[in-house]
Amino acid sequence: MATASDTQHGHDHHGHHDHHTPGFVARWFFSTNHKDIGILYLIFSVAAALVGIGLSLLMRIELQSPGMQIFADGQAWNVAVTAHGVVMVFFVIMPALIGGFGNYFVPIMIGAPDMAFPRLNNISFWLLVPALILAVGSLFVGGAGTGWTLYPPLSNSTYQSGMGVDMALFALHLAGASSILGAANFITTIFNMRAPGMTLHKMPLFAWGMLVTAFLLLLSVPVLGGAITMLITDRNFGTAFFDPAGGGDPVLFQHLFWFFGHPEVYIMILPGFGIISHVLSTFSRKPIFGYLGMAYAMVAIGVVGFVVWAHHMFTSGISVDTRAYFMAATMVIAVPTGIKIFSWIATMWGGSLTFKTPMLFAIGFVFLFTVGGVSGVKLANASVDVILHNTYYVVAHFHYVLSLGAVFSIFAGFYYWIGKMSGKQYPEFWGQVHFWTTFVGVNLTFFPMHFLGAQGMPRRYPDYPDAFTGWNMVASVGSYISVASFLVFLYVCWRTFTGKEVAAANPWGEGATTLEWQVSSPPPFHTFDELPRIR
Amino acid sequence: MPIRDNDLARRNRKVATGALLACGGMLALSFAAVPLYSLFCAVTGYGGTPQISGAAPGVEGKTVTVRFNANTNPGLPWKFQPAQNSMQVVSGQDAMAFYTAENRGGGPSTGISTYNVTPEIAGPYFHKVHCFCFDEQTLQAGQHVEMPLSFWIDPRIAEDPSTRHIKTITLSYTFFRTLADAEKAGALAKAGPHVGKQSNAASPP
Repeated sequence: MATASDTQHGHDHHGHHDHHTPGFVARWFFSTNHKDIGILYLIFSVAAALVGIGLSLLMRIELQSPGMQIFADGQAWNVAVTAHGVVMVFFVIMPALIGGFGNYFVPIMIGAPDMAFPRLNNISFWLLVPALILAVGSLFVGGAGTGWTLYPPLSNSTYQSGMGVDMALFALHLAGASSILGAANFITTIFNMRAPGMTLHKMPLFAWGMLVTAFLLLLSVPVLGGAITMLITDRNFGTAFFDPAGGGDPVLFQHLFWFFGHPEVYIMILPGFGIISHVLSTFSRKPIFGYLGMAYAMVAIGVVGFVVWAHHMFTSGISVDTRAYFMAATMVIAVPTGIKIFSWIATMWGGSLTFKTPMLFAIGFVFLFTVGGVSGVKLANASVDVILHNTYYVVAHFHYVLSLGAVFSIFAGFYYWIGKMSGKQYPEFWGQVHFWTTFVGVNLTFFPMHFLGAQGMPRRYPDYPDAFTGWNMVASVGSYISVASFLVFLYVCWRTFTGKEVAAANPWGEGATTLEWQVSSPPPFHTFDELPRIR
Repeated sequence: MPIRDNDLARRNRKVATGALLACGGMLALSFAAVPLYSLFCAVTGYGGTPQISGAAPGVEGKTVTVRFNANTNPGLPWKFQPAQNSMQVVSGQDAMAFYTAENRGGGPSTGISTYNVTPEIAGPYFHKVHCFCFDEQTLQAGQHVEMPLSFWIDPRIAEDPSTRHIKTITLSYTFFRTLADAEKAGALAKAGPHVGKQSNAASPP
């Protein structure tokens, strides 16, 4: 289908593009168009988010008061914790930021006709679907009660003999393959297919964020692949990579996992950094402050992110000198991150601010990500971490940077670009309702976890002593508000798609300068008749 | 849309091939990490890994207290303990100590031990010459054995600024049932025929 329509397209530059649009099945199931695949990723992400949010709701119902409420035992609890983590990381945040917004906007922003390998792009998406089915399916065959970190010995066949762990591991294999193919595609697209005049140093920051993310994926995900392959063979084929009885070492798994896992947390936030830069610049009607510094801060975060992994293992028995190194290296990351935070503030400073929904989410992001960054610096101290390790303080920290950081950036991107993608503008009032309910809900959920953690409440237990009741109740109420806010989000989607308000090519005015605002909303099936020329 | 520009298609294939090669390299490295990790520990003494070497230099350095610790994995029906709680060792001189093990199970069983020293930074200065932990040990039902080890402490431990304060080193062992033996006894969870490292599990690389 692509060949035929494109040959015609090649001969007829002035033809109506809609005539080339393939039928429903060909368009959405065999799609090779970066915009259609991006939309598929976004729909996938929302569907997976329903699963992830449902699990977190169950967990907060359980933790609302001491004693066991709805979970059968600790294993069932750990299964829910694990599935929540895996689904949110691999099937909500990554597909939305990388597959969704990345696919849709990177080619447009750099003035490319499409991704470099459109069919590979299609495979990347369709690998995720069976991966999610495996991950969710594992819940029904015993599940994986291992935590998303999958540490042996808990994840080996002695303690988790069921099929659930194997299914979760294969889900990660598929999701990893999808990410690697996607990353190779992004790198090729960004290196080779920029429009004439679009040098790397003129490239929009979202494309920069995606480029760094793609490199992190390419270098870290194969290590996860190796580690979980060894885990699978340990579980099923009698090897002993992580079993001391056979000469293996379980700590090696932790090193391999976190060599992947730490870059992974930057993979989840760097595209968000790009989105936030665009939104803040647009709604401040100013170019981003310190463009090159912003770009290279992301590069620096990516590079340093590879040499700090053992700060997740301060209590795994590593020597004091090693702890000192990993502690110092971790704190170094606060420097490029600080550059970004202060540049965002400087972008807003003296700007002509309009507080539309995307801007609210972006400012919320800057605020909440800073809170998560501060608790991160605190946790980076090896001596403090010995006390806070595996407490709710850690849970609060990583939800502030991910659940509040990355998710706020996704919502900022959604409201910023939904008019561009759908051709329909969202209802501003309900967008703001969504922002405020989300903001109140998530802060009420996660801020009390700092107190619980500092008081010593451990992670990964479905029950707790009475002393922790108060703040747990507050957190649970907050989570109900957050779930309600997601329903508001679904309502916003419904209102947007059924609404009459047509989005202009550039609804945001002079602040929106990147290339996607110079094409119609939604952009034509083949975005550029002629490649744009950037001066 | 397929790319009709052949030059671009060629450049794209080149970059993508490079990217996937880098990815394959990382995958290979993750498996190479398995031997490299134990090699790294053996060479640097990281994590309190003792050195394996020949006889002591015979010089006389400072005296260090060596304490002995024993653990047994519940899968192995042995009573395993040190024959002495601690001893004074003159660094630079050969020393010898004993552990005892008794098989309290109904049949023969084979164990292998992992080992290290604490504080971990003493690893590079703690040399083992002979040790029961280098090989698998098989005990018949009810058999009681004394298991020797000989070792020496490098007198340079007193010169290194990070180790010169050390007055006590704890030597620790954990005995596991070997996977092959567990499989024979039907005690292995569900892993199929064992193909991992067996008898040379604890030997020098």
